[in-house]
Amino acid sequence: MSEEVARSQATQDQSQDVPTPSGQAMIEVDPTETTPRGGRSGGDGGGTGNAVTNLLKSGAGRNLGLVIALVLLCIVGVATAGDRFASTANVLTILRLAAVIGVVSIGMTFVITGGGIDLSVGAMVALASVWATTLATQQLATDYHWILMVSTALLVGAACGLVNGLLVAYGKIVPFIATLAMLAAARGLAEILSDRKTQIITVNSFVDFFGGSLVGIPVLVWMFVLVAAAGWVLLNRTTFGRRTFAVGGNAEAARLAGIKVQRHTVALYVLTGLCCGIAAVMLMARTTTGSSTHGGLYELDAIAAVVIGGTLLSGGRGTIVGTVFGVLIFTTLNNVFTLNNLSISAQSVAKGLIIVIAVLLQQRLAARAP
Amino acid sequence: MSDELLRMTGIVKEFPGVRALDGVDLDVRSGEVHCLLGQNGAGKSTLIRVLTGAHQPDAGTIHVNDELVSLNSPTDSMRLGIAAIYQELDLVPDLTVAENVFLGHEPARFGLTRRQETNTKARELLKGLGHGEIPPGRTVGLLSAAGQQVVSMARALSREARLIVMDEPSAVLDSEEVDNLFRVIRDLTSRGVAVVYISHRLEEIRQIGDRVTVLKDGATVATGLDARQTPTSELIRLMTGRSIEYVFPPRQEVPADAPVVLEVENLARPREFADISFSVRAGEIVGLAGLVGSGRSEILETVYGARRATGGVVRVDGRLLRPGRVQESVRAGVGLAPEERKSQALLLDQAVYKNITVSSMGRFASGGFLNGRAERLAAEELTKALDVRPAGVEHPVRNLSGGNQQKVVLARWLLRDCRVLLLDEPTRGVDVGARSEIYALVRKLAANGVAIVLVSSEVEEVLGLADRVVVMREGRAVHTGAAQDIDEHRVLDLVMEGSAV
Repeated sequence: MSEEVARSQATQDQSQDVPTPSGQAMIEVDPTETTPRGGRSGGDGGGTGNAVTNLLKSGAGRNLGLVIALVLLCIVGVATAGDRFASTANVLTILRLAAVIGVVSIGMTFVITGGGIDLSVGAMVALASVWATTLATQQLATDYHWILMVSTALLVGAACGLVNGLLVAYGKIVPFIATLAMLAAARGLAEILSDRKTQIITVNSFVDFFGGSLVGIPVLVWMFVLVAAAGWVLLNRTTFGRRTFAVGGNAEAARLAGIKVQRHTVALYVLTGLCCGIAAVMLMARTTTGSSTHGGLYELDAIAAVVIGGTLLSGGRGTIVGTVFGVLIFTTLNNVFTLNNLSISAQSVAKGLIIVIAVLLQQRLAARAP
Repeated sequence: MSDELLRMTGIVKEFPGVRALDGVDLDVRSGEVHCLLGQNGAGKSTLIRVLTGAHQPDAGTIHVNDELVSLNSPTDSMRLGIAAIYQELDLVPDLTVAENVFLGHEPARFGLTRRQETNTKARELLKGLGHGEIPPGRTVGLLSAAGQQVVSMARALSREARLIVMDEPSAVLDSEEVDNLFRVIRDLTSRGVAVVYISHRLEEIRQIGDRVTVLKDGATVATGLDARQTPTSELIRLMTGRSIEYVFPPRQEVPADAPVVLEVENLARPREFADISFSVRAGEIVGLAGLVGSGRSEILETVYGARRATGGVVRVDGRLLRPGRVQESVRAGVGLAPEERKSQALLLDQAVYKNITVSSMGRFASGGFLNGRAERLAAEELTKALDVRPAGVEHPVRNLSGGNQQKVVLARWLLRDCRVLLLDEPTRGVDVGARSEIYALVRKLAANGVAIVLVSSEVEEVLGLADRVVVMREGRAVHTGAAQDIDEHRVLDLVMEGSAV
């Protein structure tokens, strides 16, 4: 089955990045910093303090369970793999792997919060990566600047998203079907363009820039941080974000309140497409290839991360911080399993369990909230 | 007493903030047509839901054949032979007639449905109802409303129902079909089946009913009345005589030179309403009175642009509004507080202040970034002025009572300084205490120069609050005039005698 091909491809992706043990333990999250805010439903915190403290406060409060899960995973990692897990190199590896799917998941958070879903993210990543690495594009990039490859990927992603959005908002096709069609079509187009061959990137400046590090942290990770931060601000601090919640929570009420629901829906899908374009660039940098098999099953990984992060699949409630944790949890899980030489199948079972447990817990918590 | 089939005593049903039923008594005999009469909101629908097991009463007893029963689920009711035919027919449109009739108890052998037997049995039932012409294999969605109703009835009979509740069955039928419905009902009662019949049309009750029970404000005010002998005036008095007096704020003279803000001319939508014209001046409240389904809410939504008018025009301050454009209406200063507050107006999980600012976000944003503090301040000011409780603008709206939710919706439009406010059932689900506050608020808005259109099922509310009223019946305006010049009885006369005219 092609699914399995895609899956093993993903595994290879990761195994390329298995680290060499060295350095100190470095666990990102310190649970003592969290301030659990019992029963309160405090949304965005008070009007005081800057965006960063708000992010920490609300993120930590609402996502305590996720923090605990992540810490538990890290403990398991340290216990079973010791220094091989708790090394700077390994942590950076986890972050590098998390970065690509993370950017996709940020886009997915928006579209799901807005009451939709996008199954075509993986296919859009593949198409964008192929289109940005065709001989012609690479030739242009060599002649002028690698920015042309980047803009190609972004444009392709945004264009696919635009088609998705138009089909959903104006064609009145349910998001599931519209993006399912895009899933099939975009990957097919990627196969045609690449003739099913892996396209090696020869533009060294591109690889050097995105493959490099900044203050010891890979550029890819910086990109994820930037996208996540921008996503948080966009969702929680702008009219765009407010409208996203409104449209996803109650489209009819939003319409009657005077919000342009259809236009907003289109914008959400374009945004997701754009995120896929960014993710394609990152994946191209990590693998130094463009391929129609890139991004296999990203839709499922992204949806899973978003949902365990606490975003409501039916829309109206969404959290960027939760999504980031969701992505980190799944990536760390993969890493721990890989370090312990456990099969990809066992990983899948564990993933399934985590999704179910996370959603069950959320329902309990939601029921208890005032 | 041996023929007493059903006895309900002291039924109480509470929903958060509302006591929908407050001591209902009802007894129904085998073979009779028992009519249930009451204004909108009197509790008829809730009572039916209790009877069919969809709601469980908080107090009271139900006896079937002198035996105490508890109806914990629709299955319990069905087993006791109680079936209901709802206003909104509960058929599966994509299944066939026969499949719908036997839905849930299909003739089957070893788990396989027996299509032939199902069709034969369905045909017999339909024939018994005088509708042998409906093919059992036809998809239900393709049938007319009347045909679907027959299918519903066949379904009730297939369960060997001894008591069938019919909730405004004639609402979707033309007069010929109503005659046929009555024939079927008489046939049923002659076989000993009891029918609980709900209708707003008094002349139907006279035609088909045996006894009448009148509900008002969730309680039985009269029972066992003779359906043919009891005078109309008596029935209307029983339905309207209020136990609770609402306080309506005094009317204020609309200045003669007040400009006309909203003009509606010959507005029409097929099968909903036609030829509706009225105008509202600044500071004036115009009320639309009529039954549910008379087109009142549809008119408001069409004026607002949420539905597209097929004919006629709407002007605000002399400017034409293009049909079907909510955006344009909002920009022109029109606000709508819709009938279904929860599903049409509110973002229930969002904070109060976000619900208030959702229609005027631009004011609090620069470069797309929202100034949360300014939003909260503006919302706080409004919630204080409107006395929204609990105080504070961070609670999710879900936690507020109906009256306070309504205030939040009003605050949304106050924040926009709107010129025209369309209020659809502003006090539905609002408890008695908060009602007077809402009334005072609406009057105050008018005093500040807002043109208000009010729709309410409660005639008293329309008459008490509005300066002028338009009485609607079946999509047409049958009377327009000053609110002082007409009383509740006259309005009910106009809307209920309906087809007798």
